[in-house]
Amino acid sequence: MFYSPVITNATEAVSNDRLHLLRYAEDPDQHKIETYEAHGGYVAWKKAMNGMSPEAVIEEVKKSGLRGRGGAGFPAGVKWGFVPKDSPKPRYLICNADESEPGTCKDRVIMERDPHAVIEGMAIAAYAVGCHLMFIYIRGEFNHCIGRMETANEEAYAKGYLGKNIHGSGYDLEMIVHTGGGAYICGEETALLNSLEGERGMTRIRPPFPAIEGLYACPTIVNNVETLVSVPHIINRGGDWYRSMGTEKSTGTKIFSLSGHVKRPGNYEVEMGFSLKKLIYDPAYGDGILGGKKLKGVIPGGASTPLLTPDMIEVKLDYESLAEVGSMLGSGAVIVFHEETCIVWVIQRLIHFFRHESCGKCTPCREGTGWLEQIIRRIEQGLGKPGDIETIEEICGNILGRTICPLGDAAVMPIQSAIKHWREEWQYHIDHKKCQVKSNYEFR
Amino acid sequence: MILTEESTNQIREKASQYPQRKSAILPALTIAYRQVGHLNDDIYKEISRVIRVPHVEVAEAATFYTLFPKQPVGKYLIQVCHNISCALLGADSLVAYLEQKLGIKKGETTPDKLFTLVTVECLGSCATAPMMQINQDYYENLTREKVDGILEELKAKA
Repeated sequence: MFYSPVITNATEAVSNDRLHLLRYAEDPDQHKIETYEAHGGYVAWKKAMNGMSPEAVIEEVKKSGLRGRGGAGFPAGVKWGFVPKDSPKPRYLICNADESEPGTCKDRVIMERDPHAVIEGMAIAAYAVGCHLMFIYIRGEFNHCIGRMETANEEAYAKGYLGKNIHGSGYDLEMIVHTGGGAYICGEETALLNSLEGERGMTRIRPPFPAIEGLYACPTIVNNVETLVSVPHIINRGGDWYRSMGTEKSTGTKIFSLSGHVKRPGNYEVEMGFSLKKLIYDPAYGDGILGGKKLKGVIPGGASTPLLTPDMIEVKLDYESLAEVGSMLGSGAVIVFHEETCIVWVIQRLIHFFRHESCGKCTPCREGTGWLEQIIRRIEQGLGKPGDIETIEEICGNILGRTICPLGDAAVMPIQSAIKHWREEWQYHIDHKKCQVKSNYEFR
Repeated sequence: MILTEESTNQIREKASQYPQRKSAILPALTIAYRQVGHLNDDIYKEISRVIRVPHVEVAEAATFYTLFPKQPVGKYLIQVCHNISCALLGADSLVAYLEQKLGIKKGETTPDKLFTLVTVECLGSCATAPMMQINQDYYENLTREKVDGILEELKAKA
């Protein structure tokens, strides 16, 4: 049977019960409902629907300080509180499992290895906002996640955790496993809504926000997989327990997907505020740079976050600390590259991606990402012209903050940071028509 | 008819679950793709009849999503991730190695219609880079030796 080969720090989590997201990730039977129950699964769901009012659930999650793990970091409980109490329309809950921010591979591991945790988190969130039909939108490439979630869904129905009159509570809750079509933009919540309605995955102008007018123009809550998986633990152990972890404003734990030029790439769950340096160099985590080479840069939160230089890696991994050094926590995808990496080449990869994934709805992003890619590719190929850096900066300035959704900003911010930190290297590439560094990206 | 009775029933069943039938377009495209291996306008027409939404709306959605090839591909569709995490660990040289092994260029299909080679964006397998997806399956932490073994195995199965 399928088992993804990602390194996790699940073993550490077994002895450190504060870590809860990946705790049973290395148990090969965790995806089965019996094993999930034996590990304390669905206790929180029973507790919520039988003993707590929806308001009490929202209060507990607000108290926990849990913030959205998809990238925006908005407090989950506050978001749930936006759903209008008096609306006669049905309410919907959607688990955003369209994980596709380059560098991010955490939701995939959660869904493959602990699918019932996702269902339990979704069920509690659905109950909190008065929803009776919930969806999980999984990216279409994740065939094994889809299979695991579908099986888990059937098991949850069979055991009465989903369906009509759940465990005699009088509460009805149905769930649909929905699959996407390979579009990064559908991870943006309004594009996801359009996609789920059978439209092209293009973004919507906000307001109205989905909590007021979302799926089928009804109040809708969209939360990331990792956010929802934290919820059962908050219900079981309380919001105060949750906020005893992490920092004052970035509470709890977070999974960081570590990739690139490190010796031990993998998914590591740590408390918010963990040291980036430790994540990269500690033998229990990244174990340092491949081949003992020198670190050149880090993309700390997925392909859309500003890059960091080696002198910035003392930073703590939480929303506020990363913002202080001019970057973002994003989805927690830490991408590391060493000294034998050309910065123009890195950025060319990223802008190619954003151009490919721009939905084309707004002009600055649709046209701008194309122009940027052309110029950056030209420089990378040794055909750069004097003034190219200034042109790139001007285009970036005309995209930033001028698009409907954050994809435009996401495309621009890494470029701006790369020019800020490595401007000389860009200039060298243009002047000498080649990379300043000797690079080698051979696979073994 | 291109879609089998089984696919048609699956699509019909899926469409009945949603509050609005149009939501079944993507799941229907996925079911059709899994059966046929690619999508085309005739398939959109069939889906439109099954879920009772206009043909143009199915085509409109389908052409937005890159997951589904719009023309026939080889029995094995090899999709190599060339995004940053995989690229840092040699995705380009992996593509070059596959091109050499298969005797085709990126975007082409082998004359025996067995393999099609393409590059794709991040597949969420960043900590196990470099990687490729072949049909439904992920192949991760790739080395030359592993690639040789995978291709041999697929050829033997075909």
